[in-house]
Amino acid sequence: MTENSSMLEIQNLHASVAGNEILKGVDLTVRSGEVHAIMGPNGSGKSTLAHVLAGRPGYEVTQGRVLYKGVDLLAMTPENRARQGVFLAFQYPVEIPGVSNVYFLKNALNAIRKARGESELDAMDFLKIVKEKAKLVDLDEELTKRPVNEGFSGGEKKRNEIFQMAVLEPSLAILDETDSGLDIDALRIVAAGVNALRSPERSMLVVTHYQRLLNYIVPDFLHVLVDGRIALSGGKELALELEERGYTWLEKEPAPAATGANC
Amino acid sequence: MSPDNSSLLELTNREYKAGFITDIESESVPAGLNEDVVRTISAKKNEPEWMLEWRLRAFRHWLTMKEPSWANVHYPAIDYQSIVYYSAPKMKKDGPKSLEDVDPKLLETYEKLGIPLRERAKLAGVAVDAVFDSVSVATTFREQLAKVGVLFCSFSEAVQNHPELVKKYLGSVVPYSDNFFATLNSAVFSDGSFCYIPKGVRCPMELSTYFRINSANTGQFERTLIVADEGAYVSYLEGCTAPIRDENQLHAAVVELVALNNAQIKYSTVQNWYPGDKEGRGGIYNFVTKRGKCQGRNSKISWTQVETGSAITWKYPSCILQGDDSVGEFYSVAVTNNRQQADTGTKMIHIGKNTKSTIISKGISAGRGQNTYRGMVKILGKADNARNYSQCDSLLIGDQCGAHTFPYIEVGNSTAQMEHEASTSKIGEDQIFYFQSRGISAEDAVSMIVNGFCKQVFKELPMEFAVEAQKLLGVSLEGSVG
Repeated sequence: MTENSSMLEIQNLHASVAGNEILKGVDLTVRSGEVHAIMGPNGSGKSTLAHVLAGRPGYEVTQGRVLYKGVDLLAMTPENRARQGVFLAFQYPVEIPGVSNVYFLKNALNAIRKARGESELDAMDFLKIVKEKAKLVDLDEELTKRPVNEGFSGGEKKRNEIFQMAVLEPSLAILDETDSGLDIDALRIVAAGVNALRSPERSMLVVTHYQRLLNYIVPDFLHVLVDGRIALSGGKELALELEERGYTWLEKEPAPAATGANC
Repeated sequence: MSPDNSSLLELTNREYKAGFITDIESESVPAGLNEDVVRTISAKKNEPEWMLEWRLRAFRHWLTMKEPSWANVHYPAIDYQSIVYYSAPKMKKDGPKSLEDVDPKLLETYEKLGIPLRERAKLAGVAVDAVFDSVSVATTFREQLAKVGVLFCSFSEAVQNHPELVKKYLGSVVPYSDNFFATLNSAVFSDGSFCYIPKGVRCPMELSTYFRINSANTGQFERTLIVADEGAYVSYLEGCTAPIRDENQLHAAVVELVALNNAQIKYSTVQNWYPGDKEGRGGIYNFVTKRGKCQGRNSKISWTQVETGSAITWKYPSCILQGDDSVGEFYSVAVTNNRQQADTGTKMIHIGKNTKSTIISKGISAGRGQNTYRGMVKILGKADNARNYSQCDSLLIGDQCGAHTFPYIEVGNSTAQMEHEASTSKIGEDQIFYFQSRGISAEDAVSMIVNGFCKQVFKELPMEFAVEAQKLLGVSLEGSVG
């Protein structure tokens, strides 16, 4: 490690879902302020990695460890991970009928603030933040008053995820296929929102199937996940090569060819 | 490895905070039911002949009746001969004249339950009639109420002091022959609350009855009668708890409401009888008949209930909309967790012209709970321009519980307008995880979803009660996420 402190260290991570091993030894280090993209074919374990990091039940870690800011992440409950600054933007955000977006988010933000030893925000201060952050992703303010994701279009749901991220200001944001189901205009808006949140104190893990997103969110490093392992790592230019050659040639490569990102 | 703490399958113990037993000497009649028991109860209360006659008519009719089996609830046969029909804390000869005479242990009991009866600590703005097992032990704020002419006392006192009112209205809404449990109640009812709001009086405070079952093997059979005379208004609250016991106990109450011309009665219940343990041992059988009659023109009766307790709930607070332009409302939240069963709903009988009714029912099932909404809307032939709006929503937590809906609609007048909406939703693990991934714990997630689901009903409750109901709901569902 050089100038920046380590945000996330994944070491030999193995994980199973319903008895099937999906992750078969993932190693990855993300330092403060870096944006890493994870690409890979369908079923390679990209989303599994995102969910394991967020602590989704049903994903069993069988080997390896994950340090977040030097602390054992896997020992923490999902809500404590969130309170410590881990954020997952879902590929398929669920609908929560009866609970308004702002009420939901106010409770989330106050739970996180409480964990940080800060005072809870009152309604006025909170609404100020909502107004400001909704602009960032061009989210209709009406949507913030509606029940969480209920009746939202696919694009509105994704924007809502980034809006939540903007309000909660995580240290480590994991974006799980945030581009899926978005048309090009919505993609631009979402990407602009994400880019505005890039900062030296915040790291991001951008999981995507298509190179398209990376034209807008330019990563510092890119990793290709194949069959539960990182098969190849490189800089942003790797994305273009993948766009051209696809993933199949990698599935035959025996060992990962580390070209810089893995330390 | 991350602890799998949001598995909805795992159910742990919930905490029932009112489960303590008061150690007090009581005076009971032997278990069993026959004419002598009915006579004994009547004699203990020093009742006039007409009251005893009414009881005996009910008892004789009850002997010809069969326990109903149409409800979607299952329980072993009740042995009516093993129940104690009367149990009262031992008191000085004539019963307490004032709070000074009430056994301090009883006052303590209510204090522990959050219902202070002592003069200094009395709940501001709420008059309480405290019923312990078979008798009323205290009624607060009586003098203040008497100043505006409001009668609020135990049923037994009403029989002694206001026989003309009791005679006139007792059984006028729920006749003694109404149904198996109501008829049983009519024979053996021991106490309850009586309330009369005179013409044009808006009752200056909330009235409430707090029911407590304490003795083992004892059934509680209380009777409440509320009459709002022309233009009167009253808001009435009812709360109930019982100790944790392994045996089931029967609670078969009857509530009758009468609203005359332009009168309004708002009746709210937060029912928290002991629900039994998580295996389904013990708990109260809450088999209750509640009915209101909008007898006068432009009168209104509104039921709001939050049912979180009892092993089995069987109740259908109903409205008979007899007066033209009268309004009936039913707002209900019913929760079943662990092995609880509830079959609850309402009946809206439209008789008068331009009568309106609203039904909002929210059923929540968790654990292995079974929750049934059963409702009837009946529009009789002369009820021109009747309107009904019904909404029945069910929320499932986990995958071992059940929600059932049986709406009956009978329309005998073609000018009626009926609307019925229903929905079923489920709190899934992915919803819980969504909350957790934003820093909100699974318990808080469930409570936020449930409160959102119940909002429409909670806003009908008086303020303090709404807060209480929300807390209670939290306790009821405690442990429904592992």
